[in-house]
Amino acid sequence: MYVSKLVNDLPPSGIRAFFDLVMGMKDVVSLGVGEPDFVTPWHIREKAIYSLEQGFTTYTSNKGMPELRKDICAFLKDRYDLRYDWDNEMLITVGVSEALDLVCRAILEPGEKVIIHEPCFVAYAPMVKLAGGVPIPLITTAEEGFKVTPEKLEKAWQKGTKAFLINYPCNPTGASYTRQELLALAKVAQKKDMLVISDEVYDELTYDFDHTPFASLPGMRERVIYLNGFSKSYAMTGWRMGWAAGNEKILAAMTKIHQYLVMCAPITGQIAAREAITNGRENVLAMKKEYDRRRNYIVASLNELGLECHRPQGAFYAFPSIKNLKMSSMDFAKELLETQKVALVPGGAFGSQCADHVRISYASSYDNLREAVRRIRIYLEGRHG
Amino acid sequence: MDEILDILIKDARTPAEDIAKMIRKPLASVKKAIKAYEEDGTIVQYKAVVNSALAEGDAAPVRALIEVSIVPQKDVGFDRVAERIYSFSEVTSCYLVSGSYDLLLIVEGKSIQTVAEFVSSRLSPMENVRQTTTHFLLKKYKEEGKIFKPASSAKRLNITY
Repeated sequence: MYVSKLVNDLPPSGIRAFFDLVMGMKDVVSLGVGEPDFVTPWHIREKAIYSLEQGFTTYTSNKGMPELRKDICAFLKDRYDLRYDWDNEMLITVGVSEALDLVCRAILEPGEKVIIHEPCFVAYAPMVKLAGGVPIPLITTAEEGFKVTPEKLEKAWQKGTKAFLINYPCNPTGASYTRQELLALAKVAQKKDMLVISDEVYDELTYDFDHTPFASLPGMRERVIYLNGFSKSYAMTGWRMGWAAGNEKILAAMTKIHQYLVMCAPITGQIAAREAITNGRENVLAMKKEYDRRRNYIVASLNELGLECHRPQGAFYAFPSIKNLKMSSMDFAKELLETQKVALVPGGAFGSQCADHVRISYASSYDNLREAVRRIRIYLEGRHG
Repeated sequence: MDEILDILIKDARTPAEDIAKMIRKPLASVKKAIKAYEEDGTIVQYKAVVNSALAEGDAAPVRALIEVSIVPQKDVGFDRVAERIYSFSEVTSCYLVSGSYDLLLIVEGKSIQTVAEFVSSRLSPMENVRQTTTHFLLKKYKEEGKIFKPASSAKRLNITY
C-alpha cells in the first residue's frame, strides 16, 4: 500500500531470480554481460584523473559543458554531415537511459502510445509506462533478421500513437538497418506523423555496412530524437555518459526535466567524454575489429553446435534459437549454468515472444568464448547422449 | 597487416580452425597461409611471454639493454659489425637505432657477472666498437603489450542487460 499502483504493476524483470542465481555462483564463464570487456582506454581515464587533480569537481551547465556539446556536434557534422545547434539542440545526460526517460516524459500525454520493437532492451516499455504512455509491441522475427519492416510498422500504428522507438544496432539481437531500410521506415513515420526515438548507442559497432543515423535521413531531422552515448563505443559504461539531440522544443522540454532531476551529468564523465570523442577514434576502430572477429567466431561455433543463429550486423550480441532443444530458454539457461557454469541471458527477458532464444554477449575475451563454446558442447552432447 | 598474422601475434595458440571462423575463410586456405608464412620466414617463431619474476626453478636470467656506438665500415655500413655482435648467443635482440648511439642490444646471462664478462671481454674490445653503455633491467612492468601485474579487482558483473 506504500507503493504506487503504476510502479507496483510494472513487471519485475521476470529473470531477476536467474540473475541472482548467476551472481551467487563462482567461476562462471559469462556470456551474459551487456557491456564491453575492454577497460576505458587509458588516455581517457588519465584525462579524468588529471581533471580531478586540477579541482574540476563542480556542477556544469544544466545542458552539459559547452565544449563537450560543441565537440559532439562537430563530430556529427564530420561523420554524418548531420548538423545540430550545440546550444539548443544538444543535451548531455546521465547515460542514454536518462535521455530515454526524459524524452518519454517530455513528449507523452497520458495514454499516448509508443510502438516498440521486440525483442528489445528491457527498459523501453517500463520507461514509457512510467511516463504515462502505453507501449505497443511490434514483434520482429528471426526470419526477418529481427528487423522492423515498413509493413509491420504501419500495421502496428493505431490511433493515439505518438512515437516509434527503435534501437539499432539492437540489444539483444544485433539487428541493424541499411540506409535503404531506414528510408522505408522513415516514410511510414512521416505518413503516420510519428516521432522517432532512435537509440543508436551501439552505432560504432556496425560491421557489415556504414551506420546511418535516423535523423540524417531526408526530412527526418525534426522528427527524430537522436539518443547516443559513450558507454559502448568507448567502453565507458560506468561513467554514465549519454546525450540527446533533436528538435529545439523537445530538447528544451527534456532539459527542463533534466535540470530538476539531476542538475547536470557528472563533470568528470563529461571531461572524459570530451577526450573520448576528440581523441578516441583509433581505439574505437581497434575494439570494433576485435568484436567483429569474435562475432564471426561465435556465430560459426553456435551454428556448428546446432543452435541456429542469424548473423548479427552490429552491437556485441548473438541471439541464437534453441527451438531444437524443445525446452524454454529459462530452463536451458539454468541447466547450462548449473551443470557447466556458463551464464547467458534467457530471451524472455527481451520480450514475450522470445522464449526460444537466448542472448549471448561476445563482449568477452576469445579465451572465454572458446571455453564457453567447449562447455556448451559438453552440455549438448550430454543431452543427446 | 594480414588478419591471420594479426591474430597470431596476439595469441599464437589460436587454432587454425578458430582463425578460419574469425575471418570467414576456408580452413584449408588458412592452414596453407600459415604454412607459407612459416616457410618464408614471416613467422619466425612461436613463444610464450613469461613473467620470469613468477617463474619457479632456477633464478631468472639477468637481462641488460646495451647501447653500442660503432664505427661503420666502408660498403657494408653497420651490417657487418652488427652481424659480428648479434651472432653471440648472449645477444637475444639487436636493433639499429637512430640517436646518440647505433645498436641497441638485449643481452641475457645467468648473472650480472656473466653479462659484465660478456661486455668487457667480448663486446667492448671488438674492433669498430667505440663505446658501450650497459643498463641492467631491474623490473619488467610491461612486455609485448602485456602488463605484468595481477589482474585488478575491478570486475564486471557476470550478468547485466
